[in-house]
Amino acid sequence: MPEPVLFRGARVVDPASGTDDVADVLVAGGAIARSPVVDATVLDCDGLVLAPGLVDLHAHLRQPGREDKETVESGCRAAALGGFTAVCPMANTDPVADNAAVIHEVLELARAAGTCDVFPVGAITRGLGGEEMAELGEMVDAGVRMFSDDGRCVPSARVLRNALTYVRAFEGVVIAEHCEDASLGEGGQMHEGLTSSSLGLAGQPREAEEVVVARDLAVARLTGGRLHLCHLSSAGSVEMVRRAKAEGLRVTAEVTPHHLVFSEEDLLTYDTNMKMNPPLRAGSDRGELRAGLADGTIDAIATDHAPHAVEEKEAEFDQAPFGTIGLESALAAVLTHLVEPGELTLARAIEALSTAPARILGAGDHGGPIEPGRPANLVVFDPSADWVVEPPFASRSRNSAFLGRRLRGRVVHTMLRGELVVADGKAQR
Amino acid sequence: MNGHLLSIHDVSAQEIVRILDTAESFREVGTRVIKKVPALRGRTVVNLFYENSTRTRISFELAAKRLSADVINFSTSGSSVSKGESLKDTALTLQAMGADAIVIRHSSSGAPLTLTRWVKGSVLNAGDGTHEHPTQALLDLYTMRDRLGRLEGLRVAIVGDVLHSRVARSLSFALVKMGADVMLVGPPTLIPADAPAWGVQVSHDIDAVLPGLDVCYMLRVQRERQRQQYVPSVREYARRFGLSRERAGMLQDGALVMHPGPMNRGVEIDSDVADLPRAVIEEQVTNGIAVRMSLLYLLLGGSGPRAAAGSAEEAGAVRLPEEVATRA
Repeated sequence: MPEPVLFRGARVVDPASGTDDVADVLVAGGAIARSPVVDATVLDCDGLVLAPGLVDLHAHLRQPGREDKETVESGCRAAALGGFTAVCPMANTDPVADNAAVIHEVLELARAAGTCDVFPVGAITRGLGGEEMAELGEMVDAGVRMFSDDGRCVPSARVLRNALTYVRAFEGVVIAEHCEDASLGEGGQMHEGLTSSSLGLAGQPREAEEVVVARDLAVARLTGGRLHLCHLSSAGSVEMVRRAKAEGLRVTAEVTPHHLVFSEEDLLTYDTNMKMNPPLRAGSDRGELRAGLADGTIDAIATDHAPHAVEEKEAEFDQAPFGTIGLESALAAVLTHLVEPGELTLARAIEALSTAPARILGAGDHGGPIEPGRPANLVVFDPSADWVVEPPFASRSRNSAFLGRRLRGRVVHTMLRGELVVADGKAQR
Repeated sequence: MNGHLLSIHDVSAQEIVRILDTAESFREVGTRVIKKVPALRGRTVVNLFYENSTRTRISFELAAKRLSADVINFSTSGSSVSKGESLKDTALTLQAMGADAIVIRHSSSGAPLTLTRWVKGSVLNAGDGTHEHPTQALLDLYTMRDRLGRLEGLRVAIVGDVLHSRVARSLSFALVKMGADVMLVGPPTLIPADAPAWGVQVSHDIDAVLPGLDVCYMLRVQRERQRQQYVPSVREYARRFGLSRERAGMLQDGALVMHPGPMNRGVEIDSDVADLPRAVIEEQVTNGIAVRMSLLYLLLGGSGPRAAAGSAEEAGAVRLPEEVATRA
């Protein structure tokens, strides 16, 4: 059992209890304790923020299959360094996580790493093929809380209907969708607009996302199932989700830090680290994503951490794979580009990075509240520390959209069930 | 031009005039018995062609050879590239071999810009994906100016698959820069939605446009556009947008018919129309060599402020200044 720790004088931001106050937080026996304990290690947190550990609903840890890009161990270390205490690896591994055996393997690797809780996402359909439902019940028994065919949407509305209906048997299980119409999105390298036109790159219109969001919301209405929409990128999608929530549908949504920070104009130099799917869209879309995040239409911030090999990204733009890593920079990106300019309160940022995703996932040990008896899954960060996003990363890949950029806000400590897995900015495992 | 020619956006109107003026003096070289000047003696120009393109590669090769440069043709079939070598490693290899200029043709938009990250020499875009083909646009401007005496105020229609055409992009940008009036003509599926933002007009009715033109520029239409459902059939396209004899008769006296080649005779252009005196398609090819000589010369030999200040003649097409020869 880890030593007792006293975080002294931190600004405690805990959306679950509505707290935002300077306080001491004592941890003993893996849980938040009641003061005082005499022999605790004292960590001076003057000027630092203490919050519930961050929860990432959307990451690609590439194991099994592409261990050259990332492993569960390296991905968990990157997550811990980024302040995350829980992360959801997507199912598009090789083999696909469409059965309990792969889920058990990932969970076993995560236990061995011991730096971050892992909630594997199971595939909705066998082999991500979009046709036959995978054995969802078996995977729920293995511990899956969320299913997704991420990388593509479920092309058949009927299959989606059945999946949303079937999982109603399982308390708290959610179906997550990557919304992209394959035919409208086909061949698209970036957002379709003036920039794609002047770069001569095939565009993916925002309507490729919107037609699937519209369809999925209709199917959610039909089934009453719990639907989560991944990495929204378009203003129209935000508005549809806003209306669906007002109507009372059981829908939640996430947005990535890179869609909140960048736009299509960041591709003007054909920088393949800016190539992701869904693509970075217009500045007006980014504005609506920020507004939707601030007003709660978009519940959560998720990284869509997508590691790729250097030689794959150092290629011709249309031959490079989609995706950016994000676990190590997500918190700082949000603090620098949204909280510091005053577009998002710190409490709402923490809610979107921790409390809301923990609730969506049903991860009761995460997301706060920071109260006596609760598991000590915490992050402590310095909101005023400047740093430049550059290698070395804990991730095995370095395809960061933020590469070379200065961000403010650095994780100091990450605590998983009372153990400091990151101390003074250094991974302890 | 900043050492490279990647896009028409890299050159100002003033620089375009200088490129065309320099080409003017280089064209004379092509009429000599010994078609060669020593301007780039000892310099190495690499033609790096990831797409087959006989005419553009030969044009660049002749241009470089007439300037006395050493020319290496690196075609990707049967080379290290067909063994899976990346663009980066090919670039580093060419850099290590001391290439002064790399002329690149690639099916990926942006590949020339990406190449500049890894090489020190000048990069010339000889066509990248659906992005740009700036040397084609410049030789087209040269041909228009040569035949019609001006560029400003010219009424030019670019007809065909503008959406997928790097030629149409570069030519539109260049003509707009020089003050010409550009009309893009084609079915709505093949005209970019944001074309008005380029400073051009759009029409879907070629018959309405033809009588007012100084130049009718026909683009090659690829048969795969039918398969991709941009047009119902090549036949319907040819009937609605092809430059038939009847349509060519609607052009005013002195109006030019142009085409970047290779032509699909009988699809976008009637065979007889392609052979009319007003069709200057072979002149475009001839002028292409002079314009590419001009570009290679200005980028490799005369890109400094001294050459910029001097006239084309001083810059060495006819009489070669010492410093250019010795810098080689």
